Amino acid sequence: MKARLRSYAGLMLVPALSILLALLVASVLIIASGLVGTEKKVNLLLPLIAYRSLIVGAFGNFKGIANMVVAAAPLMLTGLAVGVGLKAGLFNIGATGQVLSGGLAAALIGMQVADAPVLIAIPVAMLGGMLAGALAGFIPGFLKAFTGAHEVVTTIMLNALIQLIVSGLVNDVFRAPGFSFARTAPVGSAELTGLGNTTLHLGVIFALVCIPLSYWLLWRTTVGFEIRAVGANPTAAFYAGMKPRRMMILTMSLCGAFAGLAGAIEVLRLGYYPAVFGTGIGFDGITVALLGQSNPIGIMLSALLLGAMRAGAPLMQIQARVPVEIIDVIQGIILIFLAAEIVVRKIFRLRTAGVGAGELQTITRTYGEKVVG
Amino acid sequence: MDVLLDIPVLGFILQFLVYLVQVIGSGHIAPIILGLATPIALGALCGVMNERSGVVNIGIEGMMLFSAYVAFMTALFVHQAFPAEPGALFGATPALIAGVVAGIAAGMLISLLHAWLSISVRADQIISGTIINITALGLTSYLNRLIKPFDSAGTFQSFRPPAGLVNLPGIGWLLEMFTAVGPIAMSVLVLVIITQVMLFRSRWGLRTRAVGEHPKAADTVGINVIALRYRNVLIGGVFAGLAGAYLTLEATGSFQNNMTAGRGFIALAAMIFGRWTPLGAFGGALLFMGSQAIGVAIRLAPPSGDLGTFLAGIQQAYPSIYNNFFTGLPYLLTIIVLAGVVGRSNAPAADGKPYEKESPT
Repeated sequence: MKARLRSYAGLMLVPALSILLALLVASVLIIASGLVGTEKKVNLLLPLIAYRSLIVGAFGNFKGIANMVVAAAPLMLTGLAVGVGLKAGLFNIGATGQVLSGGLAAALIGMQVADAPVLIAIPVAMLGGMLAGALAGFIPGFLKAFTGAHEVVTTIMLNALIQLIVSGLVNDVFRAPGFSFARTAPVGSAELTGLGNTTLHLGVIFALVCIPLSYWLLWRTTVGFEIRAVGANPTAAFYAGMKPRRMMILTMSLCGAFAGLAGAIEVLRLGYYPAVFGTGIGFDGITVALLGQSNPIGIMLSALLLGAMRAGAPLMQIQARVPVEIIDVIQGIILIFLAAEIVVRKIFRLRTAGVGAGELQTITRTYGEKVVG
Repeated sequence: MDVLLDIPVLGFILQFLVYLVQVIGSGHIAPIILGLATPIALGALCGVMNERSGVVNIGIEGMMLFSAYVAFMTALFVHQAFPAEPGALFGATPALIAGVVAGIAAGMLISLLHAWLSISVRADQIISGTIINITALGLTSYLNRLIKPFDSAGTFQSFRPPAGLVNLPGIGWLLEMFTAVGPIAMSVLVLVIITQVMLFRSRWGLRTRAVGEHPKAADTVGINVIALRYRNVLIGGVFAGLAGAYLTLEATGSFQNNMTAGRGFIALAAMIFGRWTPLGAFGGALLFMGSQAIGVAIRLAPPSGDLGTFLAGIQQAYPSIYNNFFTGLPYLLTIIVLAGVVGRSNAPAADGKPYEKESPT
């Protein structure tokens, strides 16, 4: 038990230090923002003000905490959509497109079951979202397995394509009459309404359940073992009698289903699908998965962290006049430090052995090569 | 011919092809295709530079985006400090030239980060590229919000070739394609040919390919693998920077968040389509973006007859789907081509594998 705890601590050390370093680097940018802002002077305390309002915005009261959890829930799912893929040696950066297709499917099914009882309408709409997301994940998985087209390029192209298809459909086919902007009809009883006067909703539970579920799947089932074996070495897995191609397709579909569920939650929370559904949860999933070292528990923690940043950012923008986009910058810097693990270890004179990042080395290996099996 | 055109579906496709040939030959569409293909071709050159020496670069997108921003803002600042009349050639001003130089420098700066992460730190190269994309998107959106530019330094102007040249029968459209464009688009063909010749006919090219295929063997004969990879990734950054500068200083004259919109990835696909050769990648870029130019062509010179009625009908009934179809064609074509080509092409053998010199024991 003690050894296990220590290994978890080792797993979290570099990500935690990366976050710390990123906040330090970002404070330089925040100070610079004061220089070009309305006040036009150097305020060395501005980073502290900004980070304080960020924390107050996310944890200051129950409403803030609810906002944080609601922001974190879809990030857990998109984090799993990327993280489970990484376990199989697949880099799914198509969560954005999978989120959109899952969202539209949930909205369209929600329209149909708008008058059904809530306990039927919500699961049915979510299931539809998962299936649509799985289909969007199946395509790059199939292409990778049978043609060798690398998922990094195909998923990015699909992100753009799905965005265009979905907005075309909402504008021209499913546009609900009587609204000044293009959107679908209301989903009625499938809508995820907030509990009490907070934004907390039922979808959070669905997201939280997926964390232990994926942990169980990856480490306690044969399928999970095969996913990890294919990720570690597809050729060896093939000669051990596994079917890497089938596993890749299955994993990508599963990843798509997670992202589709995230999209369904976001759309059902809104109650309809807007023509311009700008959401960063797909891309945030990449950060969440890498920061969480593609471990479900780590993914949950990173999603909560990023959710807190997203929930606290509006208050930061009001109080410290730092644009919310600083969160995207902080994410990027965290990831740079995370990738440059060696540098972080040097700065803090760490001697513990590196863990986690090793499995990421497998992604580039399959670049431009055909898959056996 | 007319009989053929009346066959139900096939005839329709034939009508469309005939229309395409006509419109490219006469409708001034060719320079538009080159313009659309320019950032893709330059991005693909960046990819060739990297991958021929064994470094996978997924971060072309982010390099382009960051360079586009830096080029735009530099040009704007210089423009505000030293306003100047557009020059006679390409409407060039000191501001625009400074912008291009700054864009190239920005591309090199980011590629230095990629080189360091993937060559020295030996991080996973695809992860490194993705991090560059995420950081570039975040940083440019942040800065763009912070310093909202309402002004612009303008753009380079297209060259106006003499009418006699453009109207030459047979090859007029080709001459127009490569001359009735701005300076960066015009330089693309030159850069492609230089890179092609250098890669396959020079000592540097031989060394680059050796390092990309078998770094250990190259090291044994005295080539500094690490230094060569660093240099090539940095040269790649020059191309990505030029592509970024093209987007803001030649194509649009403004900067929008995420304005690269996947071009870096289409460039990668063009490079794979061209089997890691500059000329082939250029062909891929023309093919991918040519599909988008069809939409422009139809708007500029609407086809007549059944085809025209059919297209107008669709545009009437489904305006968004109609527009998005043409916008999406390059992405669709990229996926199809990638799926069809990869199996029959071989990446450089050491592509994506960090090199570690073994200690003599």
